[in-house]
Amino acid sequence: MLVLEKNSLTEEVESLVEFYGTERSALLPILQAVQRKHKYVSDFVQQEIARLLDIHPVEVYSVVSFYAFLHSEPQGRNIVRLCQTIACDLAGKEAVARAVERELGITFGQTTKDKRITLEYANCLGMCDQGPAMIVNDRVYTHLTPEKAINILNEIK
Amino acid sequence: MESKEKYRVPVSQKPHVVEKPRDINTIGGTVTIEINEKKVSVPMGTTILEACRENQIHIPTLCHHDDLCVAGVCRVCVVEVEGMRTLQASCTFPITAPVKIHTSTPMVRKARRHIIDLLLSEHYGECYSCFRNQNCELQKLAKEYGVDQYNFGHLEKPRYETDRSSASVIRDMNKCILCKRCVRTCIDLQEVGVLEAINRGHETHIGTFFDKPLSDVICINCGQCINRCPTAALRANDPSDELWEAIENPKKHVVIQTAPSPRAGIGEEFGLEPGHSMTGELNTALRRIGFDRVFDTNFTADLTIMEEGTELLNRLKKAVLLGDESVKLPQFTSCSPGWVKFIEHFYPEFLGYLSTAKSPQQMFGAVIKTFYAKESGIDPADIVSVALMPCSAKKFECNRPEMRASGYKDVDYGLTTRELAQMIKEAGIYLPEMPKSHFDEPFGDASGAGLIFGATGGVMEAALRTVYELVTGREVPFKNLNIVPCRGFEGIKQASVMLEGCKDEYSFLEGIELKFIVAHGTANAKKVMEMLRKGELKDVHFVEIMACPGGCLGGGGQPIPTSEEIRKKRAEAIYAEDESLSLRKSHENPYVKYIYENFLTEGPCSELSHHLLHTHYQKRGKFIA
Repeated sequence: MLVLEKNSLTEEVESLVEFYGTERSALLPILQAVQRKHKYVSDFVQQEIARLLDIHPVEVYSVVSFYAFLHSEPQGRNIVRLCQTIACDLAGKEAVARAVERELGITFGQTTKDKRITLEYANCLGMCDQGPAMIVNDRVYTHLTPEKAINILNEIK
Repeated sequence: MESKEKYRVPVSQKPHVVEKPRDINTIGGTVTIEINEKKVSVPMGTTILEACRENQIHIPTLCHHDDLCVAGVCRVCVVEVEGMRTLQASCTFPITAPVKIHTSTPMVRKARRHIIDLLLSEHYGECYSCFRNQNCELQKLAKEYGVDQYNFGHLEKPRYETDRSSASVIRDMNKCILCKRCVRTCIDLQEVGVLEAINRGHETHIGTFFDKPLSDVICINCGQCINRCPTAALRANDPSDELWEAIENPKKHVVIQTAPSPRAGIGEEFGLEPGHSMTGELNTALRRIGFDRVFDTNFTADLTIMEEGTELLNRLKKAVLLGDESVKLPQFTSCSPGWVKFIEHFYPEFLGYLSTAKSPQQMFGAVIKTFYAKESGIDPADIVSVALMPCSAKKFECNRPEMRASGYKDVDYGLTTRELAQMIKEAGIYLPEMPKSHFDEPFGDASGAGLIFGATGGVMEAALRTVYELVTGREVPFKNLNIVPCRGFEGIKQASVMLEGCKDEYSFLEGIELKFIVAHGTANAKKVMEMLRKGELKDVHFVEIMACPGGCLGGGGQPIPTSEEIRKKRAEAIYAEDESLSLRKSHENPYVKYIYENFLTEGPCSELSHHLLHTHYQKRGKFIA
């Protein structure tokens, strides 16, 4: 990583720590802010956060690995998560999943070559009455059909 | 009001403490509870586990450890509390009301058996091919609770690859039961912070930062996690197979040096109570195994005192007599390889404060392959030098690239107490039956000062006995040479000695109060370093730090289990042996005098001794690449 890039990341983390404070409880909001902006929390950033909060890097990594919505490896620009829990499954999640995979040419857990979309499964999104449900970045889509899902994907930049 | 004190560890990992009353006779100071229909009175805030232990009721535990904070994750200690809907973990249940507890009901027994069964269903491997066979807490519990079949299945293939990257610690996560004792040891007890639980649910495992190999993260190799692991998930890197080969090779001259702490601990591996010193028996056993020479590491501990003591006096001279402000004081000891790696990682800017003297192990390595090789006429290339240590970090230390002062690898193998006990058993020897014998020439006797290196405060005590006498010409003003303020298991001890009536060449030290600090465990070392950073140690002259709680006798290579009580007994054994010796001061050791007269002729801290007996350090830093 370039020194300039490192410096700017350090500054970013420093400003986040200034905003959220140095208590242990500040860790999650800081991680979420980094995740929102960069789509992942790199090993360098994790160590910087650990340094500024005076905790061990492995504790930060432990938290990042615990939460499904935090990543420690680079992701695509958009993250698409399809609900895999039982209500959505019964409502026809499988057909949506196959259609999405075919459309993007990747399987779940992978990122498209142009880094446009990362495809993942998610657990219950709380939309059990409106399944199948899918969450694109922060937005939830419900009552999916294969066609509808593909249209949504095609609109993502 | 919530306590202002900021805990560094998460609240969830701190014990659920209900403050115990200072005087239990005050009203409400004690609670009368019923355990299995028997009425007992306990101080407010006692946990059920503590209350049961005091009343001779055995409750099984896996995640609980006396040295560590409460976790409550393994659940085998569950008991029934009347009025509670579910079973309660006794280790995390503070008693605040008159409750009724049942520790052996059908529900409790069934729950415990199921928990053990479930742990076994994810525990790969068979007991008979496991090095912790018969010393495994999980195995013991499985027997205790009559688990005689795998009701919930058993893994047929390993789930994880064994991490053999480190020179000191091997991690086999297939044996892990996620009790998090190693995590609490690493984060709370030692404050190194290498291990944590990674991922979630059935994918949870104990791992390092980004699951990197242990050699790539900031592990200091102290091995405290090994001592506390209930199963075989953690072990030291065992060189005994290579060692047997060297012993069987007639061309090789295999010498071993034995440190003081293994002698005080090895008896436990043979079923003795802690606190039996086995020096003489061990020497005989080592010869029967086939070691060609058996030396005493205490000899170089005496040498360390001479070098380190002289270095301290040199620094004091520069600072006090010449008024040189660039002199780094206090001087820190450098005997503990875990501590050395800790300061290299966490406080590289303060490496100048560390004594440049090598640890006794490495000094002996350099002396064996130079002085001893010359004296006995053996080619140093044919010498295999082994060090019996209570320590896993010594394995890393002897592999450091700078530890080749003799032109060869100074110490070829670091062997821990546990591994040697295994070798002795393998050779068909029952150690306590051995006749006693002495160490080999030319490093025969060592002083009691070298011996007490094994306990925390020992290096300081040994150094004071020598430095005080060198400066004043009199013995230290403590009864029977026992410098009591150095002893004991408080985390950080401070004390001082007044230097009065100094000899002419040390007149600049007249009236100076020699202040010193003794700390053990790297969590305490961190506190001392923060004091140094804030400039609070300006008037302190000498600091002893040992990486392991209790000093070397609680080292990562010592017999399992460990607890403060066991460590105290080992310390007693060491101090008793010191008092039984007639030779108790390093500078009076005739063999040390001999080596300075015939080999290191220019005296301590001269050019030759700097080449052989001193080292340099690396600024490693904390960043994990």
